Amino acid sequence: MKTVTIIDYGMSNLRSVSKALERVADADWQVQISAQPETILKADKIVFPGQGAIGNCMSLLSQTGLDEVLKTVLATKPFLGICLGLQSLLTFSQESGGTAGLNWISGHVNRFPEPLFDPTTRQRLKVPQMGWSQVQQTIPHFLWTKIPDHSRFYFVHSYYVTPEHASILAGTTQYGNITYASAIAKDNVFAVQFHPEKSQQLGLSLLSHFLQWSI
Amino acid sequence: MGLAKRIIPCLDVDAGRVVKGINFINIRDAGDPVEIAQRYDEQGADELAFLDITASSDARDTLIHVVEEVASQVFIPLTVGGGIRQMTDIRRLLNAGADKVSINTAAVFNPDFVNQASEHFGSQCIVVAIDAKQTQIDPPRWEVFTHGGRKRTGLDALEWAHNMVKRGAGELLLTSMDRDGTRNGFDLTLTRTLSEAVNVPVIASGGVGNLQHLVDGILLGKADAVLAASIFHFGEYTIQQAKAAMAAQGIEVRL
Repeated sequence: MKTVTIIDYGMSNLRSVSKALERVADADWQVQISAQPETILKADKIVFPGQGAIGNCMSLLSQTGLDEVLKTVLATKPFLGICLGLQSLLTFSQESGGTAGLNWISGHVNRFPEPLFDPTTRQRLKVPQMGWSQVQQTIPHFLWTKIPDHSRFYFVHSYYVTPEHASILAGTTQYGNITYASAIAKDNVFAVQFHPEKSQQLGLSLLSHFLQWSI
Repeated sequence: MGLAKRIIPCLDVDAGRVVKGINFINIRDAGDPVEIAQRYDEQGADELAFLDITASSDARDTLIHVVEEVASQVFIPLTVGGGIRQMTDIRRLLNAGADKVSINTAAVFNPDFVNQASEHFGSQCIVVAIDAKQTQIDPPRWEVFTHGGRKRTGLDALEWAHNMVKRGAGELLLTSMDRDGTRNGFDLTLTRTLSEAVNVPVIASGGVGNLQHLVDGILLGKADAVLAASIFHFGEYTIQQAKAAMAAQGIEVRL
């Protein structure tokens, strides 16, 4: 029996992620949600979802010691970051008055500027970006298997990541005149700004390939 | 290509069944929520909204089960509203698999609830539902109503929208109580006025009777998403047909 563990730092809505993983996991997989360092360190694969404000997220991670656990699993296990689970990997975020991240990826997390306009329709765009946007795949990757390039995924976010090194880009998305990293890939880590657990069949496909992914 | 405009079928749920009222009074049974949710998912709905229109606490438990069942079979965002008054109500719904909750009456009685909820759960999952009715023609003024359009609050809908966004609402669900159930189309002036005034997404609701109404809600009402119930429940139109109609008039949709 293999275990995929969803990290619970006390804030996020984890049910959607666990339900989606349960849907795609075959009988060899056990899907669990845990806040316990020893359980997380024993897992075969890690999913780190996140929602809400990054200031709360980072302070909860350091209070619980999960920040150190995350650094260990980032170095050793197949890891899928979702939304804040991507943003928190960077050096620094503008959110919550300026918040230091895990600095596993060099770079910043910035807020969409306001006002922001659609370059074609000239219509003002809302922040948060909420809804289905396209992801341009910038590299082939096992997690993109069976997902056509430029497929739409479900996004909800006001901040976006700007990694320092373009070599880790796996996908980009455009909002207004901003093209940002909506997926990054580095060694055993894949992290996305969108919500695969809410992106219907293509999102389930990505989760299913995460479980099948061997590094 | 950018962000697609969303189509959100709404399921009004009473004691575990989907119903739709005409002006919130004559209630017609429209079926099993899980089956309907699956059908909409297959047709390409961008999100689903559940509105619990019963008030009793027994019915609330029924709704939790419905949400649980839908969330384990349908993998698109689910918004659940109706009778949410406390933080524990939000926690229970999110744990059952809802992605967002919509708060209406409780926000009117206790606006701080919106601050608390968005600080704790994040703005992305807090939708404030505004039921507005026109109370003055020139200049136009809309007021916020509660209790399914029966109680007038005296609050100006536009000011209220700003207030709710400031307090952390991540999205507004705007229903015209003048149009709801009439099938005469959205109140486009209300929708445009409100959507252009705030920076968070606005979902237009109330009055959809045909596909052109959905198109108008986006193009003329400047809504970010359109919500409809009866035109989809009774098989008159599918979500694909709605998206095709929108795409044909230049609206970006997820096909």
